[in-house]
Amino acid sequence: MNEIVIQTDKLTKRFGDFIAANEITFDVYKGEIFGFLGANGAGKTTVMRMLCGLSKPSSGAATIAGFDIYRQTEAIKKNIGYMSQKFSLYEDLTVMENIHFFGGIYGLSGRQLKEKGEALITRLGMRNETKKMVSSLPLGWKQKLAFSVAILHDPKIVFLDEPTGGVDPITRRQFWDLIYDAVERGITAFVTTHYMDEAEYCNRISMMVDGEIKALDTPANLKKQYSADSMDEVFYGLARKAKRNL
Amino acid sequence: MKSSIPDSRFWAFVRKEFLHVFRDRKTLLMLFGVPVVCVTLFGFALTNEIRNAKIVVCDYANDDASRQIIGKLAASREFQLQNPLLDYNQIETAFKQGDIKMAVVFPANFNRDLLHLNEAQIQLITDASDPNTATALSGYATNIIMDYQQELIQLQGLPYTINTEMRMVYNPELKSVVNFVPGVISLILLLVCVLMTSVSIVKEKESGTMEVLLVSPFSPFGVIVSKAVPYLALSLINLTVILLLSIFVLGMPVNGSFLLLYAVSTLFIITALSLGLLISNITTSQQAAMLVSLMGMLVPSILFTGFMFPLENMPYVLQLFANIVPAKWYYIIVKSVMIKGLGFEAIWKETLVLLGMTILLLVVNIRKFKIRLE
Amino acid sequence: MSIIHCQLSTINCQLSIINYIKMIVLNNIIKTYDKGETKAVNNVSFEVGKGELFGLIGPDGAGKTTIFRILTTLLLPDSGTAYVNGFDVVKDYRVIRASVGYMPGRFSLYPDLSVEENLRFFATMFNTGIRENYDLIKDIYTQLEPFKERRAGKLSGGMKQKLALCCALIHRPAVLFLDEPTTGVDVVSRKEFWEMLKRLKEQGITILVSTPYMDEAMLCERIVLIQSGKILSVDTPSTIIGQYPERLFAVRSDNMGRLLSDLRNIEIVKSCHAFGGYHHIAFVDRIAFAGQANFADEKENPQNALLHALENENHRNIEIREITPTIEDCFIRLMGNHYQPTANGFT
Repeated sequence: MNEIVIQTDKLTKRFGDFIAANEITFDVYKGEIFGFLGANGAGKTTVMRMLCGLSKPSSGAATIAGFDIYRQTEAIKKNIGYMSQKFSLYEDLTVMENIHFFGGIYGLSGRQLKEKGEALITRLGMRNETKKMVSSLPLGWKQKLAFSVAILHDPKIVFLDEPTGGVDPITRRQFWDLIYDAVERGITAFVTTHYMDEAEYCNRISMMVDGEIKALDTPANLKKQYSADSMDEVFYGLARKAKRNL
Repeated sequence: MKSSIPDSRFWAFVRKEFLHVFRDRKTLLMLFGVPVVCVTLFGFALTNEIRNAKIVVCDYANDDASRQIIGKLAASREFQLQNPLLDYNQIETAFKQGDIKMAVVFPANFNRDLLHLNEAQIQLITDASDPNTATALSGYATNIIMDYQQELIQLQGLPYTINTEMRMVYNPELKSVVNFVPGVISLILLLVCVLMTSVSIVKEKESGTMEVLLVSPFSPFGVIVSKAVPYLALSLINLTVILLLSIFVLGMPVNGSFLLLYAVSTLFIITALSLGLLISNITTSQQAAMLVSLMGMLVPSILFTGFMFPLENMPYVLQLFANIVPAKWYYIIVKSVMIKGLGFEAIWKETLVLLGMTILLLVVNIRKFKIRLE
Repeated sequence: MSIIHCQLSTINCQLSIINYIKMIVLNNIIKTYDKGETKAVNNVSFEVGKGELFGLIGPDGAGKTTIFRILTTLLLPDSGTAYVNGFDVVKDYRVIRASVGYMPGRFSLYPDLSVEENLRFFATMFNTGIRENYDLIKDIYTQLEPFKERRAGKLSGGMKQKLALCCALIHRPAVLFLDEPTTGVDVVSRKEFWEMLKRLKEQGITILVSTPYMDEAMLCERIVLIQSGKILSVDTPSTIIGQYPERLFAVRSDNMGRLLSDLRNIEIVKSCHAFGGYHHIAFVDRIAFAGQANFADEKENPQNALLHALENENHRNIEIREITPTIEDCFIRLMGNHYQPTANGFT
């Protein structure tokens, strides 16, 4: 776990007078599950957008999968996968059509698409659903499918923005099984979540408060440091001090 | 369905609706910007064209008054007087030869009529195959004549009236761009009432505020009615803006009764509001409401109102279809009142058709009205 | 309440009737969409007493919103009856609408109106003003007051929720319906929100609240666990936990990922689910309770058998301890009957 896949150095984003993200500095290692937590409005989305090459930082430096986030955004986009609770798949396309579309935009060849698509369908046990509209699937299946599609092109890093919101407890756990699977294959997972038990599944966690990273460590160390029984308490202790949450 | 008596809730709602409109700068700009831009651009195109328009005078009176008016016409920048004609019959030949845009005819005894009867006639004959110019020129000429009339009244202290009688040759119905203003009025009213009403209701459905409003003691029908009021007001303001522009920028006066024009416009606005309401009833997203309003209402109105594409040239089936487009009837009414200066007796049939449509739409709306979410 | 009991103790009987007034009643409610294709709510019945803080716990698509919409008279049930404050949700919808507060799941404020304008508008809609019931919202509104000029769309998630709550409370409703008020809101705001609900309950307001977060169930007096339109259980959270039929253990080691798959392959482990820093497991019945001859020395303490098994798999720093189940454990167990596993799934 020594190869660094995300490296940020004093990454800052200003909107006028407002500093959305202030000197964010951290490293994420290959094959890690990195939990990116923070209160509403702490600046998580701003940082995520910069890391995905969707928004230019005001100052600071960062490399994603070895590419510079100022100059090589196109290369970055080829090497990352992204999935969010809000948008993930086209509801009016079938399962297979979605797989082909998203594989296609990441430049997978016809043969690769066929192989990877087959493997994905088998892994998810969706053999009978390939011709079904995504809109007809239960939410849990959609989310699992969306995640699998996001890593279809074997990205170095996959960004997951609240991937399990509103999903039932069993499917939520199956979803994390998929994340573990992906990590075993060498993909790095960068995850935000509102479920504090899920924070414990991460190798390391960072806590953002008011645009700054206030804590970064393994869940066990964080709990020790804040003498808390659960991540819930750690989070509460840190985020309660937030002034910006208004 | 209980009718909702305007109470504090009603006015709170209306106030809120106005706040929405005024805070949405883009919509506001579109709402008032589009008609202003349309009308002023048109106005500019017009004023450039009518500098030094060639006109002729046919003066049967040849007295003080007629000579003074001719002098004023000759002095204005708009007109360039040609050699006077001696015979009325020469006018048509003069028009046919080209150049001439307007003929001014003074009857014999012009001054005497004016002094003894306190009333005299001047005839303005224009070439209406170029209708913008025709209207503008007769407008300018009328202004000059009115100026003279004012001077005379001040000088003599008697109520003299000079009537200008307009006559159009070649295109007496004024089919073309002069119809632009009534056309713009119809479209803007449709845009505001159908599009904005349906979108603003559906927006509340989308955002979940409609759920909260329905689960309140305020009657659901009251929600809809109070939503319609601001758009009615906005439409009337818009109508006024367009009319003011057309009078002061285009020099195109409203020849008929203002009261009649506003009364009939209010009827048309209610027609359009009911249409907007119907659209908001059948759609659940802002995009869908917008699409249905644009494709279902605005496009047919542009096509079948007759102000862009003459209806007479269309296949019979389409002419029949045009009859169900409310804007067609409103357009006829506005043209009659604004340009021809006709009264209610000339437009009662069209008004009745519009009224019928409105009642039908309102009935359908009340029938289809949902007090719940489905 | 039996007649004999009433005769024996009239005062007692009356008291209990006064204490338990049914504010919300659902009898066999069924609601389908797409011409009966989708059963959103499938034969749901429960009751909520006056002044209760009652939770509807379940994931997205469980039917929570549909139940709320039926109770707030926004949807008609296909069959079954429902009453709010004694009024029929179908026939007496006007009365109900005047006496309940409703906060839909979606952001239900006008983003282009300021905090104060929103509140004033909703107050007027309910025939009241901000002054009249200010004491009820005072606690919450004082936090918003410094920003009363700000447009609601520019508020943070937590603040929006507070404003929406104020708007739903402004007419002092008898029943408050809150559909997923804490979804997408961070832990701090969620905690604050539940504190507010507790204080509102003390003021005698009946509250029906839904949430997909299982841990919030413990903050309710009574809960319904709901999944795919069906009720899994109705009771107090502690009773539901008490009814958990198995002994539950929390297990951890240095390699949690491998531990999960190893645990699933161990014969004596009946079920295993990841729960944050631990995996929760139950042993097969004969080990946990009846202990057979084959396992003679482990029957007292099945943990030992597991410890050995895990040590054989090279796990380090193993920790095994018995725990009280959480509502999420109960939910997962109750879900089992209805759940269709996928290929990578486990039930």
